Amino acid sequence: METRFDPFDEMLLPQSGVRAPYSAYQQWFSNEDPSRLGKKAKEAEAFFRRTGITFNVYGQAAAQERLIPFDLVPRIISNREWTKLSRGIEQRVRAINMFLHDIYNRQEILRAGIVPVNLIANNAAFLPQMMGFSPPGNVYTHIVGTDIVRTGEDDFFVLEDNARTPSGVSYMLENRETMLQMFPELFSQNKVKPVSDYPKNLKRSLAACAPRNCSDKCTVAILTPGIHNSAYFEHSFLADQMGVELVEGHDLRVVDGHIAMRTTQGYKVIDVLYRRVDDDYLDPLNFKPESMLGVPGIMDVYRAGNITIANAPGTGIADDKALYSYMPEIVEFYTGEQAILKNVTTYRCSEADTLKYVLENLAELVVKEVHGSGGYGMLVGPAASKKEIAVFAEKLKANPANYIAQPTLSLSTVPIFVKKGLSPRHVDLRPFVLVSPEGIDITPGGLTRVALKNGSLVVNSSQGGGTKDTWVLED
Amino acid sequence: MLGKTAGGLYWMFRFLERSENTARLIEAGSRIALTRSTDTISDWRSVVSTAGVRSGYDAIYENYTAEHVVDFLLRDPKNPSSVMNGIENARTNARMVRTALTTEVWEAVNENWMAMKDALKRPVRDTELPSVLGEIRRHSALVRGALHGTMLRNDIYDFAQIGTALERADNTARIIDVKYYTLLPSASFVGSQLDNVQWETILRSVSAHRSFRWLGEGEMTSSGIAAFLILDTRFPRSLYFASRIIEENLGYLAKDYGTRKTSHDMIDAQLSKLRAHNIETIFDEGLHQFIVTFIRSNNAIGAQIEQDYRFNG
Repeated sequence: METRFDPFDEMLLPQSGVRAPYSAYQQWFSNEDPSRLGKKAKEAEAFFRRTGITFNVYGQAAAQERLIPFDLVPRIISNREWTKLSRGIEQRVRAINMFLHDIYNRQEILRAGIVPVNLIANNAAFLPQMMGFSPPGNVYTHIVGTDIVRTGEDDFFVLEDNARTPSGVSYMLENRETMLQMFPELFSQNKVKPVSDYPKNLKRSLAACAPRNCSDKCTVAILTPGIHNSAYFEHSFLADQMGVELVEGHDLRVVDGHIAMRTTQGYKVIDVLYRRVDDDYLDPLNFKPESMLGVPGIMDVYRAGNITIANAPGTGIADDKALYSYMPEIVEFYTGEQAILKNVTTYRCSEADTLKYVLENLAELVVKEVHGSGGYGMLVGPAASKKEIAVFAEKLKANPANYIAQPTLSLSTVPIFVKKGLSPRHVDLRPFVLVSPEGIDITPGGLTRVALKNGSLVVNSSQGGGTKDTWVLED
Repeated sequence: MLGKTAGGLYWMFRFLERSENTARLIEAGSRIALTRSTDTISDWRSVVSTAGVRSGYDAIYENYTAEHVVDFLLRDPKNPSSVMNGIENARTNARMVRTALTTEVWEAVNENWMAMKDALKRPVRDTELPSVLGEIRRHSALVRGALHGTMLRNDIYDFAQIGTALERADNTARIIDVKYYTLLPSASFVGSQLDNVQWETILRSVSAHRSFRWLGEGEMTSSGIAAFLILDTRFPRSLYFASRIIEENLGYLAKDYGTRKTSHDMIDAQLSKLRAHNIETIFDEGLHQFIVTFIRSNNAIGAQIEQDYRFNG
């Protein structure tokens, strides 16, 4: 188990000085007047508010729109680190797509006994409607946001694969825009790989997955649950940047075997639908009948090969946290290579011996629901009170298969800007990956989330986390 | 363009126009209250009637005081036409159609909302009222300026213009409807103090007191004012002018999309009727009847546009 003390700081060396990627930045920073930076931080916040870069927090009043705090110290990654990281992500994403195709078709991996059958068969995220069907180009996860954490110089772990509907890419883009506007001089002193092509690449990548050859005439649209969704800003931002329509379920219907959107001049066929609506709500005829967010009959159009849905329905199974523990074997099974990126040790509470161990060590572990996301419903042992642990133990005993446990990782830190200067905070990284038959494209950098509370390990924006611009240097 | 987007644009601009109109009514109401020493209850009552929210108001308050009326019209969440609700609804629609707006327009709408949320979070004291009303006017001007200065002249712009003009025509017509008796020649005592105050209020409610004087065509008379509000070809809030804007923008849509719809015939009919009248024939037909018919026709055009361009289905 990893130690909880002396986390690895990505900028500051233990004694004094900074690591190589930060040297130019450090020089600039030491010549800056902290009060000017403080003013800049306020300007950035005003800018985010004015442009409406906000998110809604579930459980609060509908009108509550919050800003994700932005920290103005960039997280800087060297080209060497990035090359290794992106190779590892590419390998993992390729394996996940092969895995999804396999379990929805021949199920070789189950026959080989590498993944237990009941983990798939009894999984709520497994969609029988996808059996025997291959999506266009065999792409399941068109957009992936792999969560990476770091514990040392060369120790990168995948924390979650986020093969369903990763969010946050708009913050990656807006954070860079903000930095470019506030500190243009930094970008002449550091050669930072650009991220601004993402919307263009996303559109091209999605179009390349269209069900038939529609070349540049292909119609892409984004499906949003609507303005009350927590990520609505991102949905409209991406539609705007890509130049495609932002549709809701009630704008769509089946017309002559295709999905079409209601325009001022009648119905127009959509070829690729980038949906930000969960599987369950996608089609009231095939899934939750009470859903108002989806399109009745879209699954039938999909299975007839007349529309591409991105990401494919049923990819959520790859995000299952119990399945996660098999990921090194899955990567090896499909690629014939050792996994480049490490997995975090994962205890499956469904196994009796393991459950006993987990219950005895709750104070040291992080326990998560297998289908959980967003930092909801989890226990961070070292940060929890005795009472919280006792309550959680009862929940765990009542339904062990619903949980996995992991050691508390000592996440790396990157300094944030505070009144007194720099102060280290724990971070993670979510690079954004695009998959199409033309290849896998990873935008250099991604979204760095940072726990703003000193010592906290929870970086989720819904739980008080902030973000940073993330730089990958050219050399 | 999505039908929903067209609808969102149309309503966004209707709501913006409505909130501005409500603010103008408050301004005219406060002014008349200041210049009158005696009973102002009936003046405030007519302000509430003009805003078309009489029943909502009566459900909450028993009498008409400046404090209550101003608060109800500015901030009350239960009043669908309150300034704050208008700005809130406009912004909600703007978020929905965000991809159809330039950054400038969106930011102007969002800043309007942020500023008003702050200015209207508690009741506005009468000493602050002029500056709050001024701020509302300034923010509407910013949104309109961003629209005119940065948007493409395409169907998006057409729906925005149509929403504004329909709301504007409706507003002017309702002001005439509530005050029509003060505009009737038979009821007027030319030059009396009472009429002057009433007429001044009407003109202020549509920001026309200055233009009307400048045009300087004869004295202030009831028929002069009525003609100005209904038929003037230069005044942007006259029924004729607003109808022309609707016709013009529907015309662009017909050209752009290559089809004429039912709403085109309806706006043509509305305009022909306005063109066929002068103020004498309107009085002959009956001012009240004429205005009621206009409001109905204007509403029907709005409903037909929603259908023709598939706002909802």
